[in-house]
Parts: sequence; C-alpha cells; structure tokens
Amino acid sequence: MIWNIPFITVALLLAIGLYAVMFKRNLIKIAIGITIIESGVNLFLITLGYRKGGVAPIYTNLPPGTALPEGMVLPVPQALTLTSIVIGVAVLALTLSFIMKIYEHNGSLDSHSRRLKG
Amino acid sequence: MNDGRMSIIVRTIATMIFPFVVIFSFYVIMHGHLTPGGGFQGGAIAASAVVMMIAAYGHKMMEGRISEDGLSMAESIGAAIFAVVAFIGVIMAASFMYNFLVGTPLFGEIPPFGGNAGILNSGGILPILNIAVGLKVIAGLAAVVMIMAMAGDKK
Amino acid sequence: MKAKAIVFVIFVAFIIYAAVKIHPFGDVKKSNMDDYIIMHSQNETAANNVVTSVVFDYRGYDTLGEATVLFTAIAGSLITLRREKNE
Repeated sequence: MIWNIPFITVALLLAIGLYAVMFKRNLIKIAIGITIIESGVNLFLITLGYRKGGVAPIYTNLPPGTALPEGMVLPVPQALTLTSIVIGVAVLALTLSFIMKIYEHNGSLDSHSRRLKG
Repeated sequence: MNDGRMSIIVRTIATMIFPFVVIFSFYVIMHGHLTPGGGFQGGAIAASAVVMMIAAYGHKMMEGRISEDGLSMAESIGAAIFAVVAFIGVIMAASFMYNFLVGTPLFGEIPPFGGNAGILNSGGILPILNIAVGLKVIAGLAAVVMIMAMAGDKK
Repeated sequence: MKAKAIVFVIFVAFIIYAAVKIHPFGDVKKSNMDDYIIMHSQNETAANNVVTSVVFDYRGYDTLGEATVLFTAIAGSLITLRREKNE
C-alpha cells in the first residue's frame, strides 16, 4: 500500500510549517516554521523522480542485471535538491543573525511588541 | 565550570576523535565522482568536526587558535579557484565550464561502460571543483559558528 | 472566524487535494533528457557518479550561482555580528 504516502507527507509538512509562520508570535518559532517548509519542498523534489524498482544512479558496483536507462532513478531532481538544501542553510544563518541583533536592540523576542525600526 | 568548558571526559574524547572525522571528510570530498558525496557533503562533515571542538572547549580558548582572517581568506581562495577553472574553458574556444581534462593523463581516464569498480584517476575537472567547493564550505560554516558563539559576550 | 484562519484552511485543503490527485508514486512518464544523461555521462564526463556529473558538468552554472548565494549569506552574517575593537 504505497499509494501516495510521500506526497501526503509533503502536504502535511507544508501545512505545519505554514501554521507556525502565520499563527505564532515568537520570532524563533517563525524561523523554525520557515525551515520546516524548506524540508517539505526538498522532499517533494526527490519523490518526483522515483521509478518503481530503480537503483541509485551510480555506476560504481552496480548490481548486475540492471536494465540501463529504465532501471535507474532520475538523476536531475536529486541535483536540484542538493542546491536547494545549501540555500536553505544560508537563509537560516542570515535569519538567525538578524534575530540576534533584534533581541540585542529591543530586549524581547515578541513580533507584536514594538515596531521594528531604527 | 568557567566560560563554557565541558568536563574532562568530553574534552579528551573530542580531541581523540577530531583527526578521524577530518580524514573521513577528505575521503568523501576526494571520492565525489565515484561514490555518493562530493564537495558540499564533505565540507559539512569537516565543519561539524570544528563545531564539536568549539562546543567542547568553549569559544574563549578557540579564539586564539582559529583566526577569522584566515578563514575568510580560505573561503575567497576556494571561490577564486572555482571561477578560474571555469574560465579556462572559455579561453580554449569552447563553452563556459568545458571539461578540458578528459583524455589527458591528469584526471582524464574514461571508465568502461556499465558497472565497474571505480577508477580514482577519472573525472575530468570534477575533483578540482569538488576540492574548491569543499574548502569554501568548511571555511564559511566554521566562521559563521565562531562569530555566533562570540556574539554572546557582553561588551 | 478571522480571515487568517479561513485562508489557511482553504490553502491546506487545496494542497491535500493536489497530493491525492497527483500521478501515482513511482510511475514517472518517459523523460528523454534523463535517459540521454544516464547513457552518455560516462563517455562525456568520465565520472561514475551521474548526480555529481549533472551538478558540476551539465548544470555547472547553477552550482556557480549557489556558491555565490552561500558566499553572500555568510558575508552578510559576518557583517551583522561584528565586534567593535575599542583601542
């Protein structure tokens, strides 16, 4: 019963991340919500390229008897996911350094407390 | 327990494990064209080894060992090697990032078609780009963690 | 109910409907680009790993852009958390 469980997992991850971004007031929780949405999108990119009964697209120690274009999983979505993971790390580093400066300047981590200016 | 140091057991184990993790990360970077891995993955493993040392000894002791100027220069050298190797393809009257080392004795042995055991001498310009990106990721992630650990000091 | 909650419920219902009606898991249509890359990557790039040859050779320009994004984010983070040296 594989049916469509990875795609439903992607939809649940997007829903949880969007709830954390829209309905929470603490700045750190909003940053965690952005990271959860990023994880959902990466999982979606990988599960788009799966062929049933396929092996990893690497020629070193290939299991003998693999039919060559049809026995391997699609390699291009995996390359795009690699780029997306690195960009997610970069965005998280910059977000956390901005949150540290805001806390040092305002004294509290509430996003409704004062207008973020100055 | 002053300025963030952990107990003697944690410090001893961290010092013993650190060389093995660094060698494993260099193995993952250099074999990027044969097994799963490459520049970004190996760089993340080495950066996590540096973070383990910062967590075990506290940032006050590591401030004298890791210089930020050296890390910044290493990151710029990695990006410069990537750009220079990519531009040599334009000079050879072919496209940008052309694989000009296939067939030459430096890194250019073409593997036989189908499953094989893997030749380290193959890959064209791929091992050089892997090393450049790995250097850049190690320096960048170590510098970010070091700056965030030092930003908690009250001035 | 506030407008935020209604918009959130509509969006989640739309996403779950799309996840149920998408193509069955493991049943991809025939892709000519990926078949060409699998068959010809050992001849043209001399590497065993097809994913690395796609990241650094067939799509090397995207990797250059990603290295630039990583460099810019780390530079911005180092500038924001700078310590003033008082002498």
